[in-house]
Amino acid sequence: MTTTKNEYPDVSSLVDEKPPGEGVVAEADVTRDGYHPSLSDRLKTGWGRRIILAIAVGVLIAGPDLIGDPTRTRQWAEYLCYATVAVGLDLAWGYGGMLALGQGVFFGLGAYSMGMYLSLEQVEPGQLPQFMSLYGDNDKLPLLWRPFEHLWFAGVAAVVVPALVAGLVGWLVFHRRIRGAYFALLTQATALVFWLLLIGQLKLTAGTNGLTNFSEVFGHNKYDPSTPEFLYYLAAGALLVALVVARHTVNSRYGKLLVATRDGEDRVQFLGYDPAKAKTIAFALAAGMAGLAGALSAPIIGIVAPDQFAVLPSILMIGWVAVGGRATIYGPMIGALLVGVLKTRVSESHPENWQYFQGLLFIVVVGFFPGGLAGIWRKLSGAVSARLPARGGSADEPSRAPQTLATSEVAS
Amino acid sequence: MTAELELRDVVVSFNGFRATDGVSMSIEQGELRFLIGPNGAGKTTLIDVITGLTPVTEGDVLFRGESLVGVPSHKIVQKGIGRSFQTPTVFQALTVLDNLDLAASFKMSTLKLFRKRRGISAAVADTMEQIGLTDSAHRVAGALSHGQKQWLEIGMLLVQQPRMILLDEPVAGMSPQERAATGELLQRLAGDHTIVVIEHDMAFLRSYAEKVTVLHEGKILLEGTVDQVQGNPLVQEVYLGRARDARSGHVASTESGEAAQAPDAQEVLS
Repeated sequence: MTTTKNEYPDVSSLVDEKPPGEGVVAEADVTRDGYHPSLSDRLKTGWGRRIILAIAVGVLIAGPDLIGDPTRTRQWAEYLCYATVAVGLDLAWGYGGMLALGQGVFFGLGAYSMGMYLSLEQVEPGQLPQFMSLYGDNDKLPLLWRPFEHLWFAGVAAVVVPALVAGLVGWLVFHRRIRGAYFALLTQATALVFWLLLIGQLKLTAGTNGLTNFSEVFGHNKYDPSTPEFLYYLAAGALLVALVVARHTVNSRYGKLLVATRDGEDRVQFLGYDPAKAKTIAFALAAGMAGLAGALSAPIIGIVAPDQFAVLPSILMIGWVAVGGRATIYGPMIGALLVGVLKTRVSESHPENWQYFQGLLFIVVVGFFPGGLAGIWRKLSGAVSARLPARGGSADEPSRAPQTLATSEVAS
Repeated sequence: MTAELELRDVVVSFNGFRATDGVSMSIEQGELRFLIGPNGAGKTTLIDVITGLTPVTEGDVLFRGESLVGVPSHKIVQKGIGRSFQTPTVFQALTVLDNLDLAASFKMSTLKLFRKRRGISAAVADTMEQIGLTDSAHRVAGALSHGQKQWLEIGMLLVQQPRMILLDEPVAGMSPQERAATGELLQRLAGDHTIVVIEHDMAFLRSYAEKVTVLHEGKILLEGTVDQVQGNPLVQEVYLGRARDARSGHVASTESGEAAQAPDAQEVLS
């Protein structure tokens, strides 16, 4: 394999493409396999999984009632959008090893798609959104805006356009074997370019002010107390769709191929697969999910402005996944929800200090808990299950440490 | 009759250094061919060229009459050429079963890949049995021993049913029993498959090789049977001659299981 490194600079040491917890987890899993199933393993199979799913869906549905307050419900709807982005991003980063630092671009493309529809929903047919008459000399709706008079078009475009853009970028980039830190920098640059483009195209995008004043959202009045609940359910539905797609993808053969590509891109080619194709698909899927979340964020947040999709928010998205735990299905979702809640609560009590708090959180997670919340959960459940009686034919087998297992087998 | 594989004046140059310098050889269908030569002779480079990992600077590579020059690696695999690497490279995070299943699914369309695996295909089950890893099916490959990983890699090759198999030091680091099993497997596979093996282990070569090609400094020095090669004074000079003194140390160094990490030259001399 050394020959490949002659041709292409190996930057894998700069960007750790493998989830930090992975190796440890894998070995631990082996020890459990046939010896001692852990609590989290037991919950993954059969009834344990169904019960957890039922509880999760129940909590999601009962959400607005549990929250009780329209403002808080709207905030939770926002976190659900972030969770959807995180679930998608984890496909690219956690499972695919692509450190995408420009996910805000796809989130933004979705948000602007829906933002355009919502802007047109506020005015009579044939009329222009207010900002256009301010900045532009045009008395007709720009060509780009026209299809967005239709909700269905805005909805489809919000998912398809980001996926296509990511597909195109991915195809070009991955076939040129741009990866690791170079890919990360490239995606970060796209976020910057996107931001500049949005600000520059004043007549189309309303520049830094963005699209706003959506008092009617999908036929509901913004100030109606039931509207946040309606939006919450939309966001919850989107998250569920993303979770189902992500789960299915990860468990399919393609999911295995993606992990294989992450861990041995060169080797995958000699299995007869095109690694660039495998990565492009995951990147496009992640972008589609970000776009879907962005589309819903437009009515929920109530404003679509360039700063929401710049470099910094894009990096924070990686933070959600890191906090929750890479290469797990539910980890990134929980990470995004947790960071969202903390942000709101800490900003309310200490408005000045949220940035520091957030920085500290990320440092602690990356430095001390590289597996994120999912990693902590795995460790805890491993410790708990060690005290539970073992199941199946393994009752007599003492629980062995992974290292002992590995060495004893090499020796035998 | 066209040869299964034909190299025509293959030159590979890295910044002026000619790793292979005009190599021409032809391998017939069903052959079991060994490639030997001192460190830096260009053996691995040749395999890299055939599989599209390294581009040729000059010359042509023909597989069943079709040029492989410029064809991406994954398409070369699709044409039926499989290879292994010096260090076993299985996917550590996937289970043994998933490793084999992924290898076996290499001709599936992308859309079909999105389906979940249901059950174990007969080909995968057979291969798992052949390589003796059925009991480890659900273990992640990262937890296997070195020898098991090598077998898994060979299994991943076989399950794809390639026409041609290129092996880069398949027995390095294996125990004597594993070596014998590998050798027998190679002889069993030859005939239906065309096999090219890079191997440094002379004992292994003597036991299993039919035809040997000796490379030296990027050129073909000699082609012939093991006896012809061993009896050739030129070969003895560049290669075996230096090995004579060290031959007694052979067993110790190869059985220690560290041969894979040992520098090339020492393996050659053993």
